[in-house]
Amino acid sequence: MIYAYIFVMAGVTYLIRMLPLTLIQKKITNVYFRSFLYYIPYACLTAMTFPAILYATQSPVSGIAGFVIAVVLALRKKSLILVAGATCAGVFCVERLLEML
Amino acid sequence: MVHNKIKAGLRDGIPIAAGYFSVSFTFGMLAVQDGISPFHAVLISLLNLTSAGQFAGLTVILSGASLLEMALTQLVINIRYALMSVSLSQKLDHSVKSFQRMLIAYGNTDEIFAVASSKPGSVGSRYMYGLILLPVVGWVGGTLAGAVASTLLPAAVISALGVALYGMFIAIVVPVAKESRQVLMVTGTALVLSAAFYYLPVLREISSGFTIIICTIGAAGIGAALFPVKEEKV
Repeated sequence: MIYAYIFVMAGVTYLIRMLPLTLIQKKITNVYFRSFLYYIPYACLTAMTFPAILYATQSPVSGIAGFVIAVVLALRKKSLILVAGATCAGVFCVERLLEML
Repeated sequence: MVHNKIKAGLRDGIPIAAGYFSVSFTFGMLAVQDGISPFHAVLISLLNLTSAGQFAGLTVILSGASLLEMALTQLVINIRYALMSVSLSQKLDHSVKSFQRMLIAYGNTDEIFAVASSKPGSVGSRYMYGLILLPVVGWVGGTLAGAVASTLLPAAVISALGVALYGMFIAIVVPVAKESRQVLMVTGTALVLSAAFYYLPVLREISSGFTIIICTIGAAGIGAALFPVKEEKV
């Protein structure tokens, strides 16, 4: 079953990349469709992150801490790696604190 | 002017490969932590070459959802590549044949697309092969390293690393939302929808795969209807 998942996943992803590159030569001009495609990554990443991040750790408290750290650093335009690393470090520290309480 | 030197492509791919290694390290780690074997994790990375799609795919596999759900989730999350491929098809030199386009399509990720687009003039197949090669090595190698490391790390560290990808997603979305009121509105809409599907009765019965699809289409659709973007930004 795992192979069925993997091949469906890979097949769909490849076709999405391959079909337009080989078939469509003319530019998409519809401004609404172009806008829809432009907004998709932001909508999608947000929906995947929240509220899932709150429940991805040992406790929602550390999840919230990680969320806040990530947003604050991202607002200051820190690099992807730095934000991800600091989020992990923050979660780790808060969970150690919670163990002591 | 045509960029068609394999060495130039390889050179431009080095920073992408380095970035991919650290991101896919997290993917390999998460996958193994969730019960996927290191071999399967590496196979997923080799065949898919995409971060958000693989992460969502992992969720679909774990929830035991149907193959249709898997196909739809990948379609919605990765549909942005269709736009990039349309754009890249204009950027490729006319000498690039159809079967070469089929090979290049495999490596059309956000970053590779961005670098290829930034070249003045057109790009040829040899440049593209060079550009794609090292990021693929970085992506697959990082997955393997993460998968192996995951079996060696204590649970406390793994719990903390579980938020790495979320941190990265936030680092992608927030700076753009800060600059663009339109993206901020789309992000806010997606956030409210996603929370509603998580907490409200009836709505929370819907599987997480479909929730992501519905929230994405809903928020991006509302954004497109209310704030159509000017040509040069897309």
